[in-house]
Amino acid sequence: MLNYVLSRLLTFIPTFIGVTLISFGFIRALPGDPIVVMAGERGMTPERYAELSAQFGFDRPIFVQFWEYLTGVLQGDLGNSFVTKRPVWDEFFALFPATLELSFCAMIFSIALGIPAGVIAAVNRGKFFDRALMSTALVGYSMPIFWWALLLIIIFSGNLGWTPVSGRISLMYYFPNATGFMLIDSLASGQKGAFASAVQHLILPTIVLGTIPLAVIARQTRSAMLEVLGEDYIRTARAKGLTSGRINGIHALRNALIPVVTVIGLSVGTLLAGAILTETIFSWPGIGKWMVDSIFRRDYPVVQGGLLLIAVMVMVVNLTVDMLYGLINPKIRKR
Amino acid sequence: MPLLRIRNLSVDFATASGAFRAVDAVDQDIDTGEILAIVGESGSGKSVSMLALMGLLPWTATVTADEITFDDRDLLNMDRRARRRIVGNDLAMIFQEPMSSLNPCFTVGWQIKEALRYHLRLGRAERHARAIELFEQVGIPDPEKRLSAFPHQLSGGMNQRAMIAMAIACKPKLLIADEPTTALDVTIQAQILDLLADLRRETGMGLVLITHDMGVVAETAERVSVQYAGQKVEEQAVGDLFNTPHHPYTGALLDALPERATEKMLPTIPGVVPGQFDRPAGCLFSPRCKFADAKCKSTPPAPLGADLGHARCFYPLNANERVAS
Repeated sequence: MLNYVLSRLLTFIPTFIGVTLISFGFIRALPGDPIVVMAGERGMTPERYAELSAQFGFDRPIFVQFWEYLTGVLQGDLGNSFVTKRPVWDEFFALFPATLELSFCAMIFSIALGIPAGVIAAVNRGKFFDRALMSTALVGYSMPIFWWALLLIIIFSGNLGWTPVSGRISLMYYFPNATGFMLIDSLASGQKGAFASAVQHLILPTIVLGTIPLAVIARQTRSAMLEVLGEDYIRTARAKGLTSGRINGIHALRNALIPVVTVIGLSVGTLLAGAILTETIFSWPGIGKWMVDSIFRRDYPVVQGGLLLIAVMVMVVNLTVDMLYGLINPKIRKR
Repeated sequence: MPLLRIRNLSVDFATASGAFRAVDAVDQDIDTGEILAIVGESGSGKSVSMLALMGLLPWTATVTADEITFDDRDLLNMDRRARRRIVGNDLAMIFQEPMSSLNPCFTVGWQIKEALRYHLRLGRAERHARAIELFEQVGIPDPEKRLSAFPHQLSGGMNQRAMIAMAIACKPKLLIADEPTTALDVTIQAQILDLLADLRRETGMGLVLITHDMGVVAETAERVSVQYAGQKVEEQAVGDLFNTPHHPYTGALLDALPERATEKMLPTIPGVVPGQFDRPAGCLFSPRCKFADAKCKSTPPAPLGADLGHARCFYPLNANERVAS
């Protein structure tokens, strides 16, 4: 097992270099110049421009710049933001809990609804429930999430007034940011209504962000269940006289979980990408919004560092998922 | 009153191209403690009739019968709840592929204990003790350790033993073994058959052995029912069947045994079992039967009397002396 993890960690190295290269090249390939953005509408003299260029190292060849960036990264230095002058590392981890909280809730939402929906659809194959659930899933999967978000805001925040439009918590509450997770902090603060407010703020972003993973998980669960339900050991379970709930929920689902866990792992990438849009729409102060703002400001170190950290996150999640396979199906364990 | 009494059992499958009759008007009695073999080639409906009895057929199957009585209980008009209490408890079944018939995600011990908890409501310690006892009974060495093994860690023979242990966990009155040895090595086959015969003797349960192996029949069974294309074409005690088969199909099956071959070329039965679209109007075996005439091809024969093995044939074999007299 340890060997396996180590060999997987080795494969991280090329991915890691690839991601740094792409993020480094991508932001520079965009038209626009961070120094011009910094100068604002007033502009600046050519001398000042050259001075700033030299200060940020833009006057040197691009390969040298990349090499310096890469050696910095390998020493744990992601550079400082051009705008705030603070280390990218610090900014990332100050904002990351907000994204993690939202992504986690979205994941729970999509798993908690997606797996039962898939099982119900598979068990009722071809019948009304199956068709209704799967068409809904298809709609959910194909819907642009910014449009879906606006629709929900109009209905639930605008017309019905049930949920707030944006932010993480109502301005009425203030408490220290101990963990960065609003649900935990609001509970710990002991202020009446703070937790409820945090939950209310989470509802719409969670639904919006969780919709696509929900649809994917439901469809994957259904197809995996259909395959498993035809297996011999399901007939054995039925020959034992077990209830269909136990057969479907335990004997079949456990076997069907492998492909489902795979798509859950892959959804983490989708989720972080989706978080960028969702956070922007709901003014959610997480890394998604931070990244978007940084791209507009051409804040090179932030964009590079943010992409890299997100990529590492996705890689770690996928490694965890691969190790989960063995837990679910012992047949895969010894390989 | 036999342990199991089936009258006029038919099973139809709904397919994209219309209904297909897999089992056709089968009658079957099984007594307590008896070993009945059901033989026939692939597609003769021998498994399907027993799966119908267990209620294990997919939803595309329609089961009709005049009577299915097991242990004085009417299985035919029983609701699913009540049926679940019998299936896996008094009425158990083992299958052809032990490797794929056990769930790969759970230990064999877990799978055996599940039945004990569900039907007998035993406590944790009792379940464990009973599982060890069962493993010893089916001849699995080192049961304590084997209980926590996963199916893929055991050999095919061991898995089939575990399957048998699972099936007999609740001391069933009838065990149906659906080609239990087909997927196993020849040496292991004999062991498993011996085990089944021993268990029958120890527990007094009835045993239905579904097989296409006449050697298995001769060694193990007491009574034999021959099925062809969904119909029961003959039924006799095992010795009588081998000595004086009455249905030409049975005769042809026996002639095809390597042990009985007299010529260099092994005799075969030409053709295949009729499918959905080439079902003959008359006797189902008539297209492959060397004795068939115009009557056989136009009129379906009814089963004859018990002295002729209930054979569905107009011209039964080995009946001349009786017919003549």
